[in-house]
Amino acid sequence: MTGLPDAIGKRLPRRDAADKLAGAARYTDDLTRPGMLHAAIVGSPYPSARILAIDTAAARALPGVKTVLTSADLPDRRWGLFVYDETPLAAGVVRYVGEPVAAVAATDLATARAAAALIEVDYEELAPVLSIEEALKDGAIPVHPEFDGYEKRPDLGFERVNEIARQEFSEGDVEAAWGDCDVIVEGVYEVPSQSHVYLEPVSAIAEFDRAGKLTVWSANQSVYKVQATLARALDLPMARIRVATPAIGGAFGGKSGVTVQPLVAHLARAAGRPVRLTLTREEDFMAMRRRHPATVRVRTGAKADGTLIARDLEIVYDGGAYAEDSPAVLGFGLLMARGPYTIPHCRLRGRAVYTNRLRAAGFRGYGNPQVTFATESQIDELAGRLGIDPVELRLKNAVETGGRWIGGQTITSCGLKQCLTQARDAAGWTGKQRKSGAGAEANGKRRGIGVSAFAHICGLLGTSATVRLLEDGTVTLATGAVDLGQGAEAVLAQICAGALELDIGRINSAPVDSDAAPYNWSTGGSRVTYMAGRAVVQAAEAVRAQIARHAAELFECAPADIEIRPGGRAGIVGVPEKEIGFGEISLRAHYQSGGPIIGSGALVYDGQAFDTKEAIIRNYPFANIGTYVFGAHVVEVEVDTVTGKVEIVRAWMAHDVGRAINPTEVEGQIQGGFVQGAGYALLEELLWEDGQPINPSMMDYKVFGALDLPLDIHPIIVEDPEPSGPFGAKGIGEPPLVGAAPAIANAVADATGLRLRTLPMTPERVLDALDAAAIGGPEPPAPDRDPEPTPGA
Amino acid sequence: MTGAGAVPVDITANGEPLTLLAGPGATLLDLLRDGAQMTGSKQGCNSGVCGACTVLVDGKTARACLMLAADCAGRSVVTVEGLDDDPHAAALREEMAAAGAVQCGYCTPGIAVALTGLFRDAAAAPDAETIRHWLGGNICRCTGYVAIVEAAVRAGQRSVGADAGAQTP
Ligand code: FES
Ligand code: FES
Repeated sequence: MTGLPDAIGKRLPRRDAADKLAGAARYTDDLTRPGMLHAAIVGSPYPSARILAIDTAAARALPGVKTVLTSADLPDRRWGLFVYDETPLAAGVVRYVGEPVAAVAATDLATARAAAALIEVDYEELAPVLSIEEALKDGAIPVHPEFDGYEKRPDLGFERVNEIARQEFSEGDVEAAWGDCDVIVEGVYEVPSQSHVYLEPVSAIAEFDRAGKLTVWSANQSVYKVQATLARALDLPMARIRVATPAIGGAFGGKSGVTVQPLVAHLARAAGRPVRLTLTREEDFMAMRRRHPATVRVRTGAKADGTLIARDLEIVYDGGAYAEDSPAVLGFGLLMARGPYTIPHCRLRGRAVYTNRLRAAGFRGYGNPQVTFATESQIDELAGRLGIDPVELRLKNAVETGGRWIGGQTITSCGLKQCLTQARDAAGWTGKQRKSGAGAEANGKRRGIGVSAFAHICGLLGTSATVRLLEDGTVTLATGAVDLGQGAEAVLAQICAGALELDIGRINSAPVDSDAAPYNWSTGGSRVTYMAGRAVVQAAEAVRAQIARHAAELFECAPADIEIRPGGRAGIVGVPEKEIGFGEISLRAHYQSGGPIIGSGALVYDGQAFDTKEAIIRNYPFANIGTYVFGAHVVEVEVDTVTGKVEIVRAWMAHDVGRAINPTEVEGQIQGGFVQGAGYALLEELLWEDGQPINPSMMDYKVFGALDLPLDIHPIIVEDPEPSGPFGAKGIGEPPLVGAAPAIANAVADATGLRLRTLPMTPERVLDALDAAAIGGPEPPAPDRDPEPTPGA
Repeated sequence: MTGAGAVPVDITANGEPLTLLAGPGATLLDLLRDGAQMTGSKQGCNSGVCGACTVLVDGKTARACLMLAADCAGRSVVTVEGLDDDPHAAALREEMAAAGAVQCGYCTPGIAVALTGLFRDAAAAPDAETIRHWLGGNICRCTGYVAIVEAAVRAGQRSVGADAGAQTP
């Protein structure tokens, strides 16, 4: 193959769009099974309480009710990713408001809900742990008194009560390095709890056949993770569990583990009939997942010329009532905490803790948005103190291809500088129009512009693919990559078409069903294009080799003399008229010689491991994570000094994707991710009062609508091909969210001269900051050493 | 979601007269999804905020999750399933697919119905501002709206009023 094949880099329309536009795509709640029951749940009203008794008699007596379950009816089997602390229904105690305590299955939904309302639970209220401070104080109440007895992965590093994990990434000698710094800035940053708000609430259907095999249809990000957890929860071999995937209405990390599948499977087992449970939006807000809120303390020092010297960072993530992804979110946040810069002396430490709030878990960015908001805000503060243009300061310290990441990995491809310069140039940033709060005030509105630079990874764990040549020379591709709506199917089919030099119309994608799909760890971590794409290329290459062997036999030449030609033909090199179509070869394989042509690809992420000789790495749950990806955002905002409202005026988001397999889909990820990140920056926060969620509805928890954002948000694709990637491609799912909040905060600081260190930057927070500045005069320049900044000041 | 005490409701759905059973408190959305097995209209919030359940009732856009089924007796309802032959919706489907305006697709039926309602009543192709306002109540968590609005502008130019046909490729 010379140059890029036809299918790569093309703006091909997605094939799932037609059904979705016609209302014909089937999501889990659109499916029914013969005899299917409908389920409802009862949630805890308390953040922490002992369950004394549950009276289900009235519910059971209601006509149409087939099954009522409480934890007393379930085996004592817990699951988790790192700590096995979860059960389908609260066992003994409840740990957050909304935690499912009982469940009902009935012949119709109205009856199931009526029965759920009749269940009476006697509680003894316990003192809850409602903040990071309460979780970690001396004499703190343990959220899980049984923690020591839980099965768990080794080396989580927890030391105190309520710590789930404690980790460190360090290099150099931070304490000694402060003396080499001309300027040091320090700050404490607070980031909120963001809800995924995938538009499709969580839903699952479970059914056992008469031989005892379980089938589950559900919104999920990995049929194999769901299968493995169901096996544990139900004490079934994985071979007796089938997990199928209907259309998925968004996930963003929120459907990455099991959601309600174990509970629905238990209901189906108890009732002897298929059962469907779809959460209401309110239940989904209260009982599913959220982004980890966090407190980040960062100190960064530089030379007068802008050379970054040292960083000390400490982060605490609020993991909520169950451990879930917390240890990995923490570890990944720390891996990103140096930022995409060379800083020789770094001490990056963090903890994840239990509280009596909703479990926190993976959410687009996975610990990185929290850290990067803090560190990229601080880089701008540093630029201000140094009198260096923020873009220039970033360019000066930016990592490059061949450079090293903290932990010693070599960066194999890096388009960071192109991202910075392209976003800067597209925005017309000259350094001169920066207002630094100085004025340009019209009608009480001030404009400002801000930048962020950031990294992420794509990689992680195992995946596989098969490519089968059908009798007519068309192809069926199978992977385990669930399409959450981001276009995995389209992109993997394009990679397959590219690797076989076929038209996309000749590639069929098999459904992602654990009974048939090859293993894939998960659709998450921005990994599908890069990891599953690599497996698809391997599988396609195996098919090409078999095709070449057949052609060589037919033409009586060596396989090395055979070339694969675009359009599905194999021929002798240098002899254009000597060629044969894939269809003829496939027929020969099916009926005469060799057997049907099947290629497979399989890999576990195989990048360089961290070097523990060069860095102190404590309790990190992975030996390597992935290959690094980069981006830079420039955002212009308008701050209304009367109302406190921050409006995004324009934005440019440059992302190095290695290679854009489908530029339209890449741009969709960039725009959609940026808008979710803008919500994180300005609007979204799950709130609790005394442990009670106060905004668990779409009425009260707002996300941005079409009117809230300009059309002037421009994706910029940078392509610095990654040698290990399929056609050079890397991931793009998460990074666009990561860069949004710091760029917006830096623009607000530019507009107002005020540094908001607490997200979201709501009108109240902006007004408070403006008022504080008006009373105290403009924010004084911070002292060189050891300031004690107030969060949100 | 029928349960005890269901009563029959006569509606016209996508041109067809139907008699469906509605339980007490059942909404038009329940009636369509559970009663008529028309699952194209989605339930995102069940509280009138997200727009995933948008349908046309007697030609006007409405939130099916907010309308009591019993109040829909005698009304004519058009859902996304009824737009197959609509020229506005057809242009929209082409433009949205080409623009990458469909990701998870859960918001898509509601947006397709809302925009078809706009185009049917519009004298001239709506501009981007009009479309942004019209879609103010249709939440999309995936796309960031830009691709949707741009596709809708092009679809309007192709299918609405005097402009129709002018931009057809
Ligand atoms: S489901 Fe009707 S507006 Fe959300
Ligand atoms: S495409 Fe997913 S909500 Fe709009």
